[in-house]
Amino acid sequence: MALPPLDAAEPDRRRITIAILALGGQGGGVLADWILDTARTQGFVAQGTSVPGVAQRTGSTVYYIEMVPRPTGDNRDPPVLALNPVPGDVDIVIASELMEAGRAILRGFVSKDRTTLIGSTNRIYAISEKSALGDGTGSSERIIAAAHRRAARFIGFDMEDAAVKAGSLISSVMLGALVGSKALPFDAAAFETAIRAGGKAVAANLKGFAAGIAGARMEAPAPLADAPAPQPTSPAGHRLAARVASALPGAAHGFAIEGVRRLMDYQDAAYAEHYLDRLEAVRSLDDGSDDWALTRETARALALWMAYDDVVRVADLKIRATRSARLAQEVRVRPDQVLRVTEYMHPRLREVCETLPAPIGRAILRRPMLRRLLAPLFATGRHVETTSLRWFIVLRLAAGLRRFRRTSLRYAEEQARIEAWLGAIRTAAARDVAFATELARNQRIIKGYGDTFDRGLANFGKVMAAAAELGGGQVGAVRVRQLREAALADDTGCALDQAIAAR
Amino acid sequence: MAERSFKREVEHLRLGAGAEFEGEGILAVTKALLQAGVAYIGGYQGSPISHLMDVFADADPLLRELGVHFESSASEAAAAAMLAASVNYPLRGAVAWKSVVGTNVASDALSNVASGGVKGGALIIVGEDYGEGSSIMQERTHAFAMKSQMWLLDPRPNLPSIVAMVEHGFALSEASNTPVMLELRVRACHVTGSFIAKDNRRPPLTVGQAAASPVRDLDRIVLPPANFLHEHEKIEQRWPAAIRFVADQRLNEHFGASTGDVGIIVQGGLFNMLNRALELVGLSDEHGQARVPIYCMNVTYPLIPDELAAFCAGKRAVLMVEEGQPEFIEHELNTLLRRADLNTRVVGKDVLPRAGEYTGQVLVDGIVRFLAAHAPALAVIRPAAPVVDEPIAAHVPQRPAGFCTGCPERPIFSAMKLVQRELGEHHVSADIGCHLFSILPPFHIGNTTMGYGLGTAGAAAFRPSAGTGGKRAIAMMGDGGFWHNGLTSGIGNAVFNQDDTVTIIVDNGYSAATGGQDILSSRADNAVRQTNNPIERAVRGMGVRWARTLTRTYDVAAMRDTLKAALTTPEHGPKVIVAQSECMLNKQRRIKPLLAKAERDGQRVVRERFGVDADTCTGDHACIRLSGCPSLSVRANPDPLRQDPVTHIDNTCVGCGNCGEVAHAAILCPSFYKAQIISNPAWHDRLRHWVRRGLIGFLQRRHARAVQARAF
Repeated sequence: MALPPLDAAEPDRRRITIAILALGGQGGGVLADWILDTARTQGFVAQGTSVPGVAQRTGSTVYYIEMVPRPTGDNRDPPVLALNPVPGDVDIVIASELMEAGRAILRGFVSKDRTTLIGSTNRIYAISEKSALGDGTGSSERIIAAAHRRAARFIGFDMEDAAVKAGSLISSVMLGALVGSKALPFDAAAFETAIRAGGKAVAANLKGFAAGIAGARMEAPAPLADAPAPQPTSPAGHRLAARVASALPGAAHGFAIEGVRRLMDYQDAAYAEHYLDRLEAVRSLDDGSDDWALTRETARALALWMAYDDVVRVADLKIRATRSARLAQEVRVRPDQVLRVTEYMHPRLREVCETLPAPIGRAILRRPMLRRLLAPLFATGRHVETTSLRWFIVLRLAAGLRRFRRTSLRYAEEQARIEAWLGAIRTAAARDVAFATELARNQRIIKGYGDTFDRGLANFGKVMAAAAELGGGQVGAVRVRQLREAALADDTGCALDQAIAAR
Repeated sequence: MAERSFKREVEHLRLGAGAEFEGEGILAVTKALLQAGVAYIGGYQGSPISHLMDVFADADPLLRELGVHFESSASEAAAAAMLAASVNYPLRGAVAWKSVVGTNVASDALSNVASGGVKGGALIIVGEDYGEGSSIMQERTHAFAMKSQMWLLDPRPNLPSIVAMVEHGFALSEASNTPVMLELRVRACHVTGSFIAKDNRRPPLTVGQAAASPVRDLDRIVLPPANFLHEHEKIEQRWPAAIRFVADQRLNEHFGASTGDVGIIVQGGLFNMLNRALELVGLSDEHGQARVPIYCMNVTYPLIPDELAAFCAGKRAVLMVEEGQPEFIEHELNTLLRRADLNTRVVGKDVLPRAGEYTGQVLVDGIVRFLAAHAPALAVIRPAAPVVDEPIAAHVPQRPAGFCTGCPERPIFSAMKLVQRELGEHHVSADIGCHLFSILPPFHIGNTTMGYGLGTAGAAAFRPSAGTGGKRAIAMMGDGGFWHNGLTSGIGNAVFNQDDTVTIIVDNGYSAATGGQDILSSRADNAVRQTNNPIERAVRGMGVRWARTLTRTYDVAAMRDTLKAALTTPEHGPKVIVAQSECMLNKQRRIKPLLAKAERDGQRVVRERFGVDADTCTGDHACIRLSGCPSLSVRANPDPLRQDPVTHIDNTCVGCGNCGEVAHAAILCPSFYKAQIISNPAWHDRLRHWVRRGLIGFLQRRHARAVQARAF
């Protein structure tokens, strides 16, 4: 049975209802006050409610506003205004963040027949999303699609970005977006008066307000195009690029070119040649199924693994001029300010030994007495001020060890691991390419430094060992993927152990 | 000083007769108290009534002018006991707290004051923390009113009604010699609106004048034989007096149609939402002109039998809209109707949910059900239940409250996680306060919480016995809870019983969770209170022998080592660690304007913030799992080869340094860096910068050439 629209129940509905979904500390209360103040000056009776308190510390919260026109001379009883938004009865929803817009939809505040949804499309990740070992983030695309589908009108743009550019808080941009939406019968001047009356950061807020109005009237921006592939600049680069082009399928070019570029930067052209040797050996076993997934994934994972993060690499990255420039921009240093940068580094005895020539490193690590003697030297973390000359030179010297990298203990260990992994991939590929692709993807389990690295390596070993017992095929590929996901499910290894046991 | 300054609101308290007062519900109550000639005010902060306490704390000069005494009570029990001033003297007194928790704490004193009765009006303002945004167990204050026979007011949630009920509440209290509770729900406390003010009234008798000429009445003291007398007084005199007063003053209201087959009885505080629900089913309008008769109970205890009987007479059924459980009013209404021999059907919890907040949709559904069964002719419109978009449900994450950016409590729990890695899991008895966020991701620490300041007492049963491999329990406590109850119930108890518990007291300088009010150990100088009483001295005074104070919680390694020492020391008896660092929310509020001014004035200012190098971050997020700072987030990996998002520190970072310390203590990764940004650098800063930039720049250019030489 078709239900009559809500307004049939309220033919004389005059009230306007607004729900603001924000996170604690984002200025949702200030936004509500501006709207309330404006409504009152424009001949409306307006009421706002909120839920401050502990629940608001970084959590999501709903401010709710109702307003009813009250012309002078209206002597009826004052209107009875509600304190909570009722699903299906909200005219305007303003969300300070994309998932809050999603939450408004889930709570039923957004309805097709009445709701103007004004939502910032930026993300402030929730703890469950950002504490995942891999990628735990929710899908922004789905929320945006739902917003278009569910609201009478959806006005969405990155209001946080607009606020940063305007030097204001997001609240004034949201107010601007509300005005730009023309969902309220008040003009911009009335709101500006409210901002000025607020008396705090007036100039910045007016700027953010203007940015919000402009943003609401803008067409949705085109999605960003992928960054162009790096172009070779050196003779060696041209040679290797040509080799990639001739020896590898087009689908793998993107990763392979980036891999070559990275490994030349990491070590030298010979190392990049070595990368392509290894990659081509896998390519020769690839049957091209799933758009050359085996070669593509191996190109990606192998480049990452071969460019493993050792002391040399970290030092090299930390001292580059490009990094200095990036940091200055990231922390927003003005030209008249001075920037000092201190790194939190904690190389342990093991990392130091791994950097030494393999025989020496091994010799130290094999002698418990010597280890006990030396370990205290590396027991505490270092505060490394890279903007000081002393530490800069130390790191520059460490980066210079690149030329001796091939003799280092870590190099020997990593190459052995890589070969074992590639061997497993090749063996599997001879039988089942899809299964081999999953083995290639297992590189993702190894991450980080120190304990994190050890844990990842151990998990990788467990997954590869379990995979070795599988015969391949669709079932085997799915099983490996499940094990990999289990390895990335928690950092205690519980999920992985259960998954392995659950055969 | 509290989190929010109310200097502007304090000016509103001075408004005279005829002026329009604009503001929140709870601020309207402050003005109404002064208009009613209140002589003394006390209470304990806590959402949703913190703002009331904060306004009075900021209003000291005005209160002095008026001769009103105000205390920030040490606990709700202290506040309730203060009402003793109204027992012998015609002094109007008001106390306020968060309920039901505050009422629990206060109930000893409340029982006593309700037993002996009062001469001056005694008003207890409770913020009923129930439903959305609540942080406590879901119970009703109504039960306390019933068991002690105190009257309970539940005004319609608009400022004129709330203000009127404050005035009536005092008069009712005096007319019936009974303390009166004024209940305000969360959103009613924070509802905005306006009312026409009256002049403030000096109390006819001040507390000073009362103390100058003491009065004693043995019959008002709760001890035999007067205690037996009190019970009879309650039933025979005070209760009938209250019913007479409520009826004569027409404190309960009628709305809507004057007659009808069915009617609705509603608690005053729910009236606005009820009217909205009726509007949505086509039975009312925005002015509350409902097509069914409504009896609105601004007084929910005691019930007024004659009014209820008159309302129900001739009606087939009435809908009782009563939030929370047990449904005390519905039970009593049924009894009243039976006694009056009326056959009106009472419908309540059979069409409305037994538990949970009565939001608009809940009421719409209940009304629709009620009308369908008892007045089908009225059931004109049935609004569609909103469709929930299932496909996105899996993508919208929960967003629980958590520690603020830079919170000094975070490193305490990071350290605890590191200790537990070494020593295994321990039983952790949590407390009430911001630190209770430890139970949530990413820390997942804490087994129980038993009440404010009861963390240590909550661990009292746990005692490692020698040789069994038992472990010491860890108890958490905040400085707020410590002074509220923890010193005696927790520390004193543990000393006396020689418990082996390790208690960590978070000493952040404020009662932070309730809005940053000063307490005994606050470091701020407070003109009208005595602060700077060290916690360690208090616990040593109690008899604790193993006590350590750490003055910087951000030193994760020191926190870790101290906690480890406390858990492993052979010394018996309670161990106490006082972990000090200022609440970051309040610190930022305090220093931000100062730093901004210093920078404008051309002084050298160093601002610190942290960052993560995307180049070396591998996207494992162990740092986030050990920290959980809101400014520590993730973003898409700029590396085209990597798939997992990298960690990223946004510009809300306040530079507390916890993430870097955690990375160090847990040996995580070399991606964290600290940036010190020096504004208005001194000549030596500039000189050093100039020299460094020259030399480092030279080396960087050489390095860049080397990199370029092997580039793709």
